[in-house]
Parts: sequence; C-alpha cells; structure tokens
Amino acid sequence: MNGVKVIEIINKIADRMEENKLFLTELDAAIGDGDHGLNMSKGFHAVKEKLKEDPGTNIGDILKKTGMALVSNVGGASGPLYGTAFMKAGVEAAGKEEIDIIDFEKMLKAALDGIKMRGKAVLDDKTMVDAIEPALNELSKGILLGLPAKEALKEAVDAAYRGVEHTKDIIARKGRASYLAERSIGHQDAGATSSALILKTIYEEIDV
Amino acid sequence: MKKLINQPENVVDEMLSGIVLAHPEYVRKLNGYNVLVRKNSPIAGKVALVSGGGSGHEPAHGGYVGKGMLDGAVAGDVFTSPTPDPIYEAIKAVDGGAGVLLIVKNYTGDIMNFEMAKEMAEMELIKVDYVVVNDDVAVENSTYTAGRRGIAGTVFVHKIAGAKAETGATLEEVKETALKVIDNVRSMGMALTPCIVPAAGKANFTLAENEMEIGMGIHGEPGTHRDTLKTADEVTEHLVGRILEDLKLQAGEEVAVMVNGLASTPLMELYIINKKVNDILWEKGVKIYKTLVGEFMTSLEMAGCSISILRLDEELKTLLDMAADTPAYKSL
Repeated sequence: MNGVKVIEIINKIADRMEENKLFLTELDAAIGDGDHGLNMSKGFHAVKEKLKEDPGTNIGDILKKTGMALVSNVGGASGPLYGTAFMKAGVEAAGKEEIDIIDFEKMLKAALDGIKMRGKAVLDDKTMVDAIEPALNELSKGILLGLPAKEALKEAVDAAYRGVEHTKDIIARKGRASYLAERSIGHQDAGATSSALILKTIYEEIDV
Repeated sequence: MKKLINQPENVVDEMLSGIVLAHPEYVRKLNGYNVLVRKNSPIAGKVALVSGGGSGHEPAHGGYVGKGMLDGAVAGDVFTSPTPDPIYEAIKAVDGGAGVLLIVKNYTGDIMNFEMAKEMAEMELIKVDYVVVNDDVAVENSTYTAGRRGIAGTVFVHKIAGAKAETGATLEEVKETALKVIDNVRSMGMALTPCIVPAAGKANFTLAENEMEIGMGIHGEPGTHRDTLKTADEVTEHLVGRILEDLKLQAGEEVAVMVNGLASTPLMELYIINKKVNDILWEKGVKIYKTLVGEFMTSLEMAGCSISILRLDEELKTLLDMAADTPAYKSL
C-alpha cells in the first residue's frame, strides 16, 4: 500500500469522525466534559488541510504531519494522545513509500507504546488503550497464524469493539471520568470508541 | 443561554485583546498565540514562571502576570488545555537564562500538553521544570484515579513561587518552594448552578432549585455528590471539615485562607462563608495569618465557591508578604 492510499485512508477517517461527531460528544458528556466528538472532528479537519499538498511518497512524513496537526489543533487530552500515536507510527514508517501488514503491525505497536508513554494508562483503565491493545494482540496473533492480512485485521477490529464494550463494565482510572469512580460504570469510553472507529475505517479501506 | 459575547469561537481571542488593552503596563500578547507575558519579558537572570490552562477561570491565569507572580500565562480554548505550541512560545518568550518553571494544574490534558511543550523547549536547550498542583480534596487521590484536581490553591503557588523567583533563587529552589506550597495547601468547592461553555450553548447538567453539588470541579465536572441546599454555615463546615481531615492542622499552627467565588456568588455570601471559616479555625486553635476573599479562579458563570487553606511556616509567610503587582493581585 502506498502513501497516496494512506492519505486516502486518513481522509476517510476524517469523514468518519465528522459523521460520528455527535455520538462521540454524547459519550463524552456522560462521563467527561462533552467535547471529544468536536475535538476529533476539528483535529482531523486540520489534518486533511495539512495533507492536501502532500505528494504521498513518504508514509513516515504523512503520519508525522498527521500527528503534529492533531497535537496543534485538538488541545485537551486527545491531541497529545492521538498526536503522539500518529507521530510514533510515522517514525516506524520513516522514509517508506510502501507498507505491508507487517509494517502496519509495527506501526500500531509504536502508536500504542506512544499512547501509553504519553498518557501513562494501562489496560483496564477505561481508555483508548482498552480498544487498541486487544486489537494489536489479535493482529499479531493473526499474522503469526498466517491469516491473510484483511482477515487478521478483521479479528483486530472485532477485538477493538469487544474492548469498547468492556469499558462499559469498568471504573475509569484516568482522565475526567476517573473523578466519577463507580458512577462511570455503565458508560462506554469515548476515546476507546473513537479508536475502534479509526481501526475499523483502516480495515475497511486498507489495501495490504 | 444568556451571555454577553459575540461569536462563541472568538471569546478567547477577544478576551485577551480586552485584557491587554486594559492592562498595557502589565502585559503584552505574543503575536499569533493566545499567550500573555510580562511587559518587559524576558527578565535576565530571573527564573520565569509560566502557567495556564483552559480559559474560563479568569482572572486565572492571565490576571496573575506581573511582578512577584507569573511571567507568562497560556490561554487554551474554554475549559480545554492549550496545545504545546503556545506553551512552548511562552517559555521562549520569558526565559531570561535562569530557566522556566511550569505550574500545571492536575488535569490529564494540561499535564500532557505542558509536558510536550517542555520537551520542545528542552530541544532548544532551555532549562524547564514543572510542578503539578493537586489541592482539591474532593476526589480521592489514588493510583486508581487521575489524582486530585488543581483548583484555586494554584494562586498561592503563583504568589509564593513568584516571590521566590524575584529573590534571585535558582530554578531548583523555586521548584522546591512551589512544591512546599503544593504539599501544604488543600481546597474544596461546591456549586449552586452549572456553567455553560459558549461553544456548547447549554450546560452539561442541571441542578434543581433546591440542589447543590459538592466537590464540583472548575470545569463543571460533576462533583462527589449532590445534596439539598444547606445553609452557608453547614456548607462551610462540610468543606472545611474535608480540608482539615487531609491537612491535619495542629493548634498553634498558622494558615492563609482563600474564600474563592466561582463567579456568580455575591461577595456578601463569600464574606459570610469567611466568617464561618474563621469560627471553625478559631475553635481548633489555628491562627489565620492572611485571608483572601474574592474571585481568584472562577468557572465561567457558575455560582458556588471553593475554600483553600494553606499551612504556613516562616519562609512561606515572608514570601506571601512580599510585594506583587499584577492585574488581579496586588500587595505592597
């Protein structure tokens, strides 16, 4: 898959964020401060602008620009987290004109490690990690077992969504939702939801 | 919603312009960034203090830029942490060669964005360190939460660490002083009415005519619990009680007290609360060395208040007494 396709996928992600703006905001209003949908939509809009002139020849560059646009335009907690995720994935893909599923796995791992370094969350803190870590584990397993790329990715996305469901049952230990303690149970995490949505969009559009 | 604004998306920009026009002898705005810095920044050889966070808490933090307190204040969107870029620009604009101390309120977004700005500044070889203010006792501080929030007690950090920096102390010494204040200040608040973020157009929640929310944060986050409205004395007893549980003051100790209005609570009510705070501390044999009553860290148009109590020693008293001259805090 080449850089032009990567840009296409990122633009699709931007569209998905816009479509789900209200839904994500409502999730965030229940146990946060109700701006997640607005932030993701605004952030990815800025990403789309930044990538307009990109030649699509350097995937590392594309992801780094995406990350920096998110950091500079989102604010709050989502900016640094998603921004770091894309920037670290970009480091992994530095100079690459093409990427395959093995590259994607490394990039997803780099992204997750970046998020955990920046936000200091671990599994079961009721955050985006609860969608991304299960997805990465499932993807790695699928590749190990020799599954075709698209199949391995499908397993990963399903795991991400199971992770999102799981966030409903646990107490938030990070972010504003953590002030609610037990009152956060029963509500799914907005960040986990937007992460799963991003992974789903990548799965639907990816060409590996 | 009934607000006196123009377009919601322009509130921060227009506000900052208004501040600079009102206080040109104190502050200037950095070109292209929502940052206010001391008029004569950078001040060579002095440790510079930078703070900030989401807008909507005025006079925090821009109102505290000036002699004896902050050198720079970064304004994010309403109730949203600023991104690293303006924080990084603020650091560069105020660095006088002795390093910069970031005073960060304990919110996930603030911590991450200020940390990233610190990393950016360090790549330019600027010495940067930071302290996290977490004075709000409403939320349990454990490994299982994002920790205690930073609220009005932050202003004591600005004042005392700011004074320390004016004495020519090193970055390490200013940080140590800031940490001493953080270790010894505790706060708790409550709300009678919610607030409305301009871009949202409506409140995140509602409180009935006879309801109040205890332990509410300064962003309209739900607090610890809701209750029927009590009297000022009862509310004060509850808030001060929670603070003292954590602060464990002994008879004979001295403190500074801040009764902070969240914006829609009249000064009359804040003074009534202050009277009760005094009664309680008098009972306990604790001496009040200094009292601040007013609006120091608000929450848009929220009605309610927070109380902060800072345990003092001789050093903190001296620094608290030192002169400060800023738009929102002046002491001779």
